[in-house]
Amino acid sequence: MDSDEGIDYSDIEAKYQVHLDDSLENVVVVDGIPIIDKKKLDKLLSRICKEFTRKGIPVKPEEIYMPWDDATGNNQGFLFIEFKNADEASLAIAAMHNYQFDSKHTFKINRFTDIERYSEMDETYVEPEVEEYVPREHLKAWLADPQGRDQYVTYRGEEVEIHWHGKPSQSESAMKPASIESDWKDFLYVAWSPLGTYIATLHRQGVRLWGGTSWKPQQRFAHPLVKLIDFSPGEQYLVTWSNEPIVVPDGAPQGPQYLSPDDEGNNLAVWDIKSGHLLRTFSTANENDPQSRKQIQWPALKWSPDDKFVARVTPGQMISVHELPSMYLHGKKSLKIEGVVDFEWCPLGDKDREEADQASKTPKKPRENMLAYWTPEVANQPARVTLLGFPSRAILRQKNLFNVTECRLFWQNQGDFLCVKVDRHTKTKKSIFCNLEIFRVREKDYPVEVVELKDTVTDFSWEPKGERFAIVASSDPNLGNGGPGITIKTDVSFYQLDHGKNDFKLLRTLSNRTSNAIRWSPRGRHVVLATVGSSSKSELEFWDLDFTTDESQQKANQDWGSGIQLLGTADHYALTDVEWDPSGRYLATSASSWTHTLENGYAIWDFRGQEITKLIQDRFKQFIWRPRPRTLLSKEQQRHIRKNLKEYSRQFEEDDAAEESNVSAELIALRKRLVDEWNAWRQRTKNEFLGDGKGRGKHGADSDAPEKEVVEVWVEELIDQVEEEEVV
Amino acid sequence: MRPILLQGHERSLTQIKFNAEGDLLFSCSKDHVINVWYSHNGERLGTYEGNNGTVWTVDVDHETRFLVSGSADNTLRLWSVATGKCLYTWEFPTAVKRVAFNEDATQVVCITEQRMGFQCAIRVFDINRREGEESNQSEEPRHFFNPIGSKATVCAFTLLPNVIITGHESGKVALFNVKTGEEINNNERAHSDVVTDLQLSKDRTYCVTSSKDKAARIHDIKTLLVVKTFTTETPLNSAALAPNRPYVLLGGGQEAMNVTTTSLRQGKFETRFWHKVYEEEVGRVKGHFGPINTIAIHPAGTSYASGGEDGFVRVHHFDDSYFNAQPYGAVEIED
Repeated sequence: MDSDEGIDYSDIEAKYQVHLDDSLENVVVVDGIPIIDKKKLDKLLSRICKEFTRKGIPVKPEEIYMPWDDATGNNQGFLFIEFKNADEASLAIAAMHNYQFDSKHTFKINRFTDIERYSEMDETYVEPEVEEYVPREHLKAWLADPQGRDQYVTYRGEEVEIHWHGKPSQSESAMKPASIESDWKDFLYVAWSPLGTYIATLHRQGVRLWGGTSWKPQQRFAHPLVKLIDFSPGEQYLVTWSNEPIVVPDGAPQGPQYLSPDDEGNNLAVWDIKSGHLLRTFSTANENDPQSRKQIQWPALKWSPDDKFVARVTPGQMISVHELPSMYLHGKKSLKIEGVVDFEWCPLGDKDREEADQASKTPKKPRENMLAYWTPEVANQPARVTLLGFPSRAILRQKNLFNVTECRLFWQNQGDFLCVKVDRHTKTKKSIFCNLEIFRVREKDYPVEVVELKDTVTDFSWEPKGERFAIVASSDPNLGNGGPGITIKTDVSFYQLDHGKNDFKLLRTLSNRTSNAIRWSPRGRHVVLATVGSSSKSELEFWDLDFTTDESQQKANQDWGSGIQLLGTADHYALTDVEWDPSGRYLATSASSWTHTLENGYAIWDFRGQEITKLIQDRFKQFIWRPRPRTLLSKEQQRHIRKNLKEYSRQFEEDDAAEESNVSAELIALRKRLVDEWNAWRQRTKNEFLGDGKGRGKHGADSDAPEKEVVEVWVEELIDQVEEEEVV
Repeated sequence: MRPILLQGHERSLTQIKFNAEGDLLFSCSKDHVINVWYSHNGERLGTYEGNNGTVWTVDVDHETRFLVSGSADNTLRLWSVATGKCLYTWEFPTAVKRVAFNEDATQVVCITEQRMGFQCAIRVFDINRREGEESNQSEEPRHFFNPIGSKATVCAFTLLPNVIITGHESGKVALFNVKTGEEINNNERAHSDVVTDLQLSKDRTYCVTSSKDKAARIHDIKTLLVVKTFTTETPLNSAALAPNRPYVLLGGGQEAMNVTTTSLRQGKFETRFWHKVYEEEVGRVKGHFGPINTIAIHPAGTSYASGGEDGFVRVHHFDDSYFNAQPYGAVEIED
């Protein structure tokens, strides 16, 4: 036997060798200690040790080394401390740096390795290389599409696809999962920014924004376990929320774009989209009100339409308005409103934007931001809706309300009207009915009109840019305790502002429906009534509110509601979502597998209810149209186009015709190819079997085509039998 | 195309079959009875009684002389079509799921279920066709083998002697030599779920299969390669090839056990017509209020019948427009 000596253990030794920490990471230099002579040394050391220990970092005099100046016999004003490890050293720096030792001396603590590194720094200035300018993709490139098509995103299974929506030949995919790097995976859902510039995906690690023609990553926001996001109206800021409080682990990256230890415990974050910086975090947990923990209101932060302010409500107490981009509390104090429940900012109308654009030229001041809030009845105080100017904080209008159960605030999208849907109860509190308090915001003194209704109103919706609104009302006894198989009967009513009397008048009521959702076209005029979330009913009704042509307009004005016309009905089984495209020409309905697993998929309809595409796909989750920013054309230009529509449309029609013949030619070619392939294959297989012959049975294809036999069937029919009784 | 409703079964249909001339329609069901009908008017000609369990499958020979049936009472029976008498009964340890004659009806192939420790088995019996000796059949199968792997669900004789094509629970389609039990060829990925039906073209050179994976496919019978695929949104129970017109007929629907939880519309209990070359759906025929379990087409292509979970057979005679319409223009398509 050979002895062990011949065996080389070096690899094992190398593997199990204990590495001693011989770096100097655990040594710190403390500057700014008093200059003393040797006599006072012990006293000073024990004092320093005590100060460190008091901050939670036990230091013994043995661990301290103090260099001495032998010439003077004094110390040199600094000392070294060796800690057990680097972590303790960093703790000591964090706790004792800039510590006021006494009136004259302040500790300055640095890592020994840092001092070494900085002393060896190269002092010569090296000019940084100028990076070559790489042009970035235009984020709004999709708007320049020659066909003016819209885009939409679909999320199915684990796959996101972005499509162009156009004529069949133009409905190509704008982004396919195959063309993207692996980052487009493992996320909750996708969302467009309000002007359509970015698309956001929510990952475990945070939010990512994508954009440009090749869908490159544009920005990321590291909010772990983010569940909800909300963009500011102008796409400058992003709000993210997670149900888990923020935890910043040790060694997490630091910087303006990361959450810092100060943010721990909060779960709401505001970010600057362009820079990616974190602006501020909030906590949505309300200590005083345990109820609010159950369900959060989203959006939790409400943006003023011009991106200048963001406000949030602390129910029952106040509304806090923060200024952007500093995120400081405006005026350093919140709006203290006893009992406040909810509020809404007034949106900016096209008119306001124009005024704002011209504000520098004309002395006229643009309209101030406005917000409306409501407070419920407390003790002897009636419930109250208040219109408040901001930042002046002037109360513009107040209205008292009685017997209020609940209020909802609905602004018309141009900021012309505010409707407060007031659910009221009778004195016995047994039944609930509804009042609509409508503020005409553009008029002097903000006059209020009341529409009284007997039934419960389940949905309310303003016509965009219009003076009409639609409501869904129901007197169904099952309302509020729906179950499987229960469909609530509803009535849908349209109202319009009557300029003569200045009140809102009923145009028409469509009774005995099951519709529970109102979707106005973004351009107004057209409206779709849908039955959403029911397993037995899934009707879509497409209505036109100005059906009568221009010539008979005069007549229509006299006859209220005569212009309302049903254009078509459709059905999309078990639909969960209904959305108009930004042009108001198409409507998309989808059945998401998040809600149920029956016939998931989506369909696109035109405004008349004609089906354009329908796709049923397992595991279909999401369909969203890409929003468009506001048009850049002025009112005059738009009017001009509308006037000369015929000229414009001629060109499009020509394109369409050319396109169509192209498509059909392609399709015919494809079909011809398919038929040729099929026939060739048939010929081949036939020859093969005829060739070897032995496989042929006695009853081949040729012999089993007998002459058609004509079978005559005699049918005896008794047409009618009447017994005649002769009466003698 | 007003259908004729055949209301002769008390439970769901399992298989229907036209005879070679197409004047008779045989139907079997879970109610233990086999019915035969005049296909042109839906009058019932008679019944074949004697089975003590669900009749899963029937087949009729080219002369309309013999009928075979396979049943859940573990028997394979040979019947005289004309008299309705049971001529011979073979017994097995498990249920018979599929039977099929060869082209000249000298042999019959049957698949027995894999159950109670018995493997799925494929047996081929010789049929004694001599006059007067119909009841004198050999008890022992001519060939017997157990297909390895996933169990077979459907089968048919091909043009080649002693070669059968089978569809399997795993979605496999395979060719077997019945003499040796050897698997000659297979397409493991023909379907991704149970193959529910397999019907041959008139000249037996290609076949169409349907599957619970919501697709039907046309296969070349020799290479087993997929030639065409028809993808629907519902599990399919049956697929048939329309002679003389370039269509395949597909039937299926939401699984019977799930039907109560869905609406009628949702169930998709329609017969779908697909263009077999363009792979496009061209039409649907509604009517059943349960999934369609089986579809058969008149050998001359003039009518078709569908049998449903609802217990009805619906016989549709095609209108003239079906034969005259040329939705894709005048194109010559080989049958």
